[in-house]
Amino acid sequence: MSDHKPTGIKRWLFTTNHKDIGTLYLWFAFTMFLVGGAMAMIIRAELMQPGMQVVDPLFFNSMTTMHGLIMVFGAVMPAMVGFANWMVPMMIGAPDMALPRMNNWSFWILPFAGTMLVSTLFMEGGGPAFGWTFYAPLSTTFAPKSTDFFIFAVHMLGFSSIMGAINIIATILNMRAPGMTLMKMPLFVWTWLITAFLLIAVMPVLAGAVTMMLTDRNFGTSFFSAAGGGDPVLFQHVFWFFGHPEVYIMILPAFGIVSQIIPTFARKQLFGYASMVYATAAIAFLSFIVWAHHMFTVGMPVAAELYFTYATVMIAVPTAVKVFNWTATMWKGAMTFETPMLWAVAFVFLFTIGGFTGLMLGVAPADFQYHDTYFVVAHFHYVLVTGAVFAIIAGVYYWLPKWTGNMYDEKLGKLHFWLSTISVNVLFFPQHFLGLAGMPRRIPDYAIQFAEFNFMSSLGGFAFGLSQLLFLFIVIKCIKGGEKATDKVWDNPEGLEWTVPSPAPYHTFETAPQIK
Amino acid sequence: MSTQAGGYYLPEPSKWPLIGSIGLFLTLFGFATALPGKSEGTVGNLYIMYAGLIVLAYMLFGWFGQVIGESESGKYNDQVDVSFRMGMLWFIFSEVMFFAAFFGALFYVRQLSVPWLSGEGNNGMTNELLWKGYENVWPTNGPGAVGGKYESMPAAGIPLYNTIILLTSGVTVTLAHWALKKENRSQLILWLFATVALGGLFVALQAYEYSHAYSAMNLKLSTGIYGSTFYMLTGFHGLHVTIGAIMLTVMLLRSIKGHFTPKHHFAFEAAAWYWHFVDVVWLGLFIFVYWL
Amino acid sequence: MSASKTMKKIGSLLCAGLVMLLPATVFADYKLNMTPSVTAVGQDIYNLHMIILWIVTIVGILVFGVIIYSLINHRKSKGVTPATFHESATVEFVWTVIPFIILVIIAVPATKTLLAIEDTSKSDITIKATGWQWKWEYEYLDSGVRFFSNLDKASNEARQVKSGKDPRKVENYLLDVDNPIVVPVNKKVRILTTSNDVIHAWWVPELAVKRDAIPGFINESWFKAEKTGTYRGQCAELCGKDHGFMPIVVNVVSDSEYSDWLAKQKKAAADADAGAGKTWSKADLMARGKEVYEKNCQACHMANGEGGGPFPALKGSKVATTGPVAAHIDLVLKGKGMMPPFGTQLNAVDTAAVVTFERNAFGNNTGDVVQPSQVSK
Ligand code: HEA
Ligand code: HEA
Ligand code: HEC
Ligand code: CUA
Ligand SMILES: [Cu+2]
Repeated sequence: MSDHKPTGIKRWLFTTNHKDIGTLYLWFAFTMFLVGGAMAMIIRAELMQPGMQVVDPLFFNSMTTMHGLIMVFGAVMPAMVGFANWMVPMMIGAPDMALPRMNNWSFWILPFAGTMLVSTLFMEGGGPAFGWTFYAPLSTTFAPKSTDFFIFAVHMLGFSSIMGAINIIATILNMRAPGMTLMKMPLFVWTWLITAFLLIAVMPVLAGAVTMMLTDRNFGTSFFSAAGGGDPVLFQHVFWFFGHPEVYIMILPAFGIVSQIIPTFARKQLFGYASMVYATAAIAFLSFIVWAHHMFTVGMPVAAELYFTYATVMIAVPTAVKVFNWTATMWKGAMTFETPMLWAVAFVFLFTIGGFTGLMLGVAPADFQYHDTYFVVAHFHYVLVTGAVFAIIAGVYYWLPKWTGNMYDEKLGKLHFWLSTISVNVLFFPQHFLGLAGMPRRIPDYAIQFAEFNFMSSLGGFAFGLSQLLFLFIVIKCIKGGEKATDKVWDNPEGLEWTVPSPAPYHTFETAPQIK
Repeated sequence: MSTQAGGYYLPEPSKWPLIGSIGLFLTLFGFATALPGKSEGTVGNLYIMYAGLIVLAYMLFGWFGQVIGESESGKYNDQVDVSFRMGMLWFIFSEVMFFAAFFGALFYVRQLSVPWLSGEGNNGMTNELLWKGYENVWPTNGPGAVGGKYESMPAAGIPLYNTIILLTSGVTVTLAHWALKKENRSQLILWLFATVALGGLFVALQAYEYSHAYSAMNLKLSTGIYGSTFYMLTGFHGLHVTIGAIMLTVMLLRSIKGHFTPKHHFAFEAAAWYWHFVDVVWLGLFIFVYWL
Repeated sequence: MSASKTMKKIGSLLCAGLVMLLPATVFADYKLNMTPSVTAVGQDIYNLHMIILWIVTIVGILVFGVIIYSLINHRKSKGVTPATFHESATVEFVWTVIPFIILVIIAVPATKTLLAIEDTSKSDITIKATGWQWKWEYEYLDSGVRFFSNLDKASNEARQVKSGKDPRKVENYLLDVDNPIVVPVNKKVRILTTSNDVIHAWWVPELAVKRDAIPGFINESWFKAEKTGTYRGQCAELCGKDHGFMPIVVNVVSDSEYSDWLAKQKKAAADADAGAGKTWSKADLMARGKEVYEKNCQACHMANGEGGGPFPALKGSKVATTGPVAAHIDLVLKGKGMMPPFGTQLNAVDTAAVVTFERNAFGNNTGDVVQPSQVSK
């Protein structure tokens, strides 16, 4: 079959090709990362000094809210789906995704949903300003009209995610090349299979939560109002039943990416493949039964608080297995440190720090002091930024030569890495101290004793933000040209994607490869 | 250029997804525009939403029409069929989780928040200082008696008839499936028609039940948590019955056109699965919303 | 040096050591670790925090140590050939079990502390703390004393957008209130939290209490301060625009100071309604109204009366100009939608004053004068 591809704008609008759709997802995600990041810059600018200098408090709250929402739903999740689109068919020897037209629909809903979400900022009464967790009744009785648009944007995002996840599951279960048994699949494929299951299980619950919000706001129902027999805390239960698995939706594919990269550059097979698979499944299972650790202070019965503490800290066990397996993979390998490996190693260190603080948060009595402070903000940025985002960046460097056919600029890549890694720690590490010293999150102004660390954090933030512009430059430069990449790109990496030419032809594996 | 890759049919670029996205956007944006945005108030004009719905309908006709065409021209091999099956099953699973959210809310208020408001558990002060005199009963419109005096919906009568109707329709759709497998077209059409008719009857009875509840029983969506859970659960279920009935109607028309073969009738099965799912949800509703 | 002090020092050093980027001495003055508590339970929490912090630090040093060793020694440039092992049931079993054991070790003190935190029985005084957008209302259930606690004036002025005032010059910036709550030392104080509008959270780090205030429900928590002093905290749940500006101040005093304070509060409450009978001059009403406005209304309707976001302007508003005075009063007393009801917060004089003020300020020169007698509740 020829490598014929459609051209012009129609290629992108109507495409059913997994590589094109993957590319669309990745660019969408990167755009949203810049938008969400710009909002973070506004947050950091306001928090640089005590006193209100830049924005008013309400707008500050909508920046926090939109930053969280856009980063989660607009940047990290679509980026991971982009990787799945590009890599899963190539890794399992499939000609494309199982349901290519639906695949296109999953993507094209996103820009519309994103537009709806961002448009709320320009509506009367301001955009959503109730945090990305939109707790009732702040988001129901006490929220502006734009909230209804926000609700439907969430519905659309959920719809897109569900269809995307269904597609990924059908692809992995039904489209594997002969001989590609489940336990031979690359770990990235495994993590996505499990992630897709999580998505299908929890996105509808989120849809249910926002639907109840919608009717409480517009049609007089009483789900979240005590006078009618409901409970504002009910909202939190429904939200976190979605929300906690959601954070693993963002990190499991990251685990997958890192598990592809480390063996390549250690020149040694991934240690404990089977236990990696089981650990991933165990994390996914546990993620369903720990949600209320976000709600220790709402006044649950003490038995529930104890249960959620025990269940939560249990997640450290399978996650420990992962960290130890990566360590054992590097142990006695013959490592080199090209840019993807640098990011992956930094991931292992910094994600683990975020995991440690997660463990601390999981212990209910201690969480009474940590909850809703910058300690939590520090925790989740370590797992999300130096976790999920670092893995995404690592993955981009790792597969960029396969995607474009050109090598990226290794010098600039390393520069990007060092700038980012140093600045991100200046940005988020001091936030641990702020939280412990008592600075609440989601506040636009603070007491004087928090000034120094906030100043430091803001400087780190600006530096980290600017470093990401370098990333944009490197990617564009690589697309435009550069040293030609070989088929294998790296020194004997494992996986079917390295058996096809670089750049990968528009259609790969039209006749299925045989796996021994 | 239709890519026939190793027998797995890969569709050409398609305009339908983009049209679908636009339709979805217009529908929801239009609806949001028309909403009052505060708990009481009226719904404004819905023109944008209607426009969106028309676009969506156009997309559904076009997209499904194309799929049916491809299917009838034999482009789908068994592997494609499996992909479709997985797609439908996981989609139904996502629907199950959507209902789970509302059932979860129902269990939560019945088992936890209503008892707490009446002072159980560690909530003695809640009752004493805020809602003195409120007692734990179900159904309830809450300590604030939101929506005023109302009557609750008994399980006997229409709900019971509807249970029987839906269960029967589950049988008829299975009979239709058997007929299809035996290549007995007239039987297939007969049983399918019966299923659709029963579905229609169900929806009609439920509509009657709703109007009776609103006018004679003062049981409304705004009747505290009882009204909220009652209408949201039965309402979303009713919506799904309607969707299922539409799907079955399409299958009926396609059967009349002679579309299905004993080996190749995924679309019929998908609709039947969906119908069974709707059935099972109803059983849950009947037990937890009407009966207990 | 006492044991807990040593722990504290070590804790701070530990944290400081983790910041590899700057010399530790720079941090000498800053707090790096959790605020130690003045209650026994709070101290337990602090110790628990230290235990976990130590555990993860040690685990971290071990794991990172191994990785760093590997990064240094197992590189291609050193000419090593990669090993080929890729699994080991024993090793994998061991490193599954060890974390599990560590977790059990953590769970024991965690359970004990949690049970102590949740035991609110046998309290000496009970205070109901109700969250409002954006202030706290306190009610001493045993003695009937009731008052509101707002962000203090100096902070409130300095925190306005581009106020031109240097927050560094304000004492206890954002952590001071007009009416702090006062409790006796060494008494078990039970706090009942609830809310009038959205969810807030009542948090004072040094008392180690953080509990959500949920509309329609009452949560219980408690503390027993072992040292007199002033303890400051903040609302810890996003509650809308001015979530950052609703601090909490608790004065822990001796028994006798506490009873003096109670007596004074009761007398003040009795005096408050005294002015309701007399007729006020417009100037007096305007002056008082301005004060009431700044304290209660300005947060939403802004100092210039122009509102912003979801909050309507009062400048030129129909309700505050041409509309009937009675409707204006009614709206202030009963609230509407996101506008909170002020009936329980403002007495007749304050209500009359603020309505007069709104009808004459911001260029709303209606000339209306509203007397306390017109305000019937
Ligand atoms: C990618 C996202 C991600 C990930 C992976 C995690 C991972 C974890 N998180 Fe985190 N979390 C968030 C994203 C994430 N979190 C977000 C976004 C929030 C805030 C939401 C909001 O309120 O806005 C949050 C908040 C949050 C809270 C609520 C805090 C509060 O609001 O008061 C808690 C409490 O239990 C928690 C716990 C945990 C735990 C126990 C893990 C565990 O999975 C971590 C496990 C990992 C390790 C433990 C490290 C590796 C292990 C070893 C090296 C082995 C040895 C270890 C020992 C036995 C000591 N998280
Ligand atoms: C994956 C998710 C993700 C990611 C990647 C990030 C990235 C960042 N986050 Fe965010 N964050 C969240 C998820 C994420 N965050 C969530 C869920 C919340 C909670 C929200 C809530 O409370 O409801 C939150 C909250 C949050 C807060 C707390 C706000 C508050 O409580 O009021 C802060 C404060 O510092 C912050 C900062 C940052 C910064 C500086 C970055 C940086 O890493 C961003 C870097 C990227 C860029 C800057 C973009 C690239 C550069 C440009 C566009 C050019 C312009 C650059 C300059 C002018 C220098 N985030
Ligand atoms: C928590 C925020 C908040 C505070 C504090 C607040 N208001 Fe309001 N106010 C509102 C909102 C919101 C509305 C609009 C209500 C509506 O129409 O739904 C409003 C409306 C009004 C109006 C009617 C304006 C119009 O044109 O509709 C008046 C008058 C008013 N408030 C007076 C006051 C006074 C007097 C105080 C202080 C004692 C006060 N407000 C404090 C939020 C607030
Ligand atoms: Cu009150 Cu935050
Ligand atoms: Cu969680």
